[in-house]
Amino acid sequence: MTQAEPVAFPQDRTCPYHPPTAYDPLRASRPLARITLYDGRPAWLVTGHGLARELLADQRLSTDRNHPDFPAPTERFASVRNRRVALLGVDDPEHRVQRRMMVPSFTLRRAVDLRPQIQRIVDGLLDDMIAQGPPAELVSAFALPVPSMVICALLGVPYADHDFFEGQSRRLLRGPKVEDVQDAREQLDAYFEDLIDRKLKQSEPGDGVLDELVHQQLREGVLDRQDVIAFATILLIAGHETTANMISLGTFTLLQHPEKLAELRADPELMPQAVEELMRMLSIADGLLRRATEDIQVGDTTIRTGDGVLFSTSVINRDEDVYPDADTLDWRRPARHHVAFGFGIHQCLGQNLARAELDIALRTLFDRLPALRLAAPADEIPFKPGDTIQGMLELPVTW
Amino acid sequence: MHIDIDKDVCIGAGQCALSAPRVFTQDDDGFSTLLPDRENGNGDPMIREAARACPVGAITVTED
Repeated sequence: MTQAEPVAFPQDRTCPYHPPTAYDPLRASRPLARITLYDGRPAWLVTGHGLARELLADQRLSTDRNHPDFPAPTERFASVRNRRVALLGVDDPEHRVQRRMMVPSFTLRRAVDLRPQIQRIVDGLLDDMIAQGPPAELVSAFALPVPSMVICALLGVPYADHDFFEGQSRRLLRGPKVEDVQDAREQLDAYFEDLIDRKLKQSEPGDGVLDELVHQQLREGVLDRQDVIAFATILLIAGHETTANMISLGTFTLLQHPEKLAELRADPELMPQAVEELMRMLSIADGLLRRATEDIQVGDTTIRTGDGVLFSTSVINRDEDVYPDADTLDWRRPARHHVAFGFGIHQCLGQNLARAELDIALRTLFDRLPALRLAAPADEIPFKPGDTIQGMLELPVTW
Repeated sequence: MHIDIDKDVCIGAGQCALSAPRVFTQDDDGFSTLLPDRENGNGDPMIREAARACPVGAITVTED
């Protein structure tokens, strides 16, 4: 470690697809650096790729957000920390029980089965956008509704309810006011209550995740209604904003790298690798949180019991020892072992679905609109602050 | 070559099946399993890649 002073974490990005320049001292301090959180509390930041894989799989690091020592990256996070969070907020052995209930709905095969439905959703949204434009605002017309509608299909939300569901989930994630977020959560809780009732009355369960949970776990008393709602909510939140930001920021990044976009057009077979490389490069979930439940020795440094340990995926995924010339997009590099989906028992449950959504959304967008370009100067387009999932707030485009 | 999958550890992330689809698949519960007649991996070069991609280290590959 060569770091002189702890660095404030998180900070806003200077370019939406690069780590903040203020993280340069962190990038120079691998595999572990010292940071200061918003409330002045010191914490550790894992910056090396090998150590990140090791520690994300280390069960001495807890994700229980309700523990008083759990590190809070923002005031907003601290204010909602006592809510019950399924999966992501639970350690083993409880986590294992929850994860095992969810796994059959998130296999590779299930993601492949959903591809025709995802394609229809993407085509329909692009039909509407093309009918109304150019220009268009790509975040609201495309990037946000794609994952929302895919989650509807996955959960088993009836098609007639999509508009309501899409509107409320957008308010839940983007506000803009605090009251919007609270009201949207109440509306969605009430909606899920009603949907559970409707599903209980069906003699033949549908093929959504909620159908499975209601007809198996709820009926058999393994889960109660609040558990089912907690699952539905975490799947909605974890699957919506993340994918939406990968679509918007991925599109922006491709438009800013026309030579890379041309390579992709010339050889569409590169798309799965391009999705991995974009995941690595953009690292939109940039700050995974853990708390040490025991002393952990890292070289000659000791992480003490109770210490906050954060993982900067943008820094880790640019470890030059693993990814030479890490700041450059390269579709042909082996990017697969990035930690953009996390690692260990909490690695993203929906990653196979996310890959399918990104592949279909980006491929179809540039196929249908070969002349797609920004409708505003790149440096004037607003993107999200550093304390949230990274991505574009707006993306004005024309074609 | 011998491939061992620890099903108690597996979390069904499917990364083995994504990395080496000719050797690994997911069973109905989502857990990693070897495709029929692939118990020794048939020398697929992606097997070690699959073991490395497993987020929980559930796959062990040993040379005979």
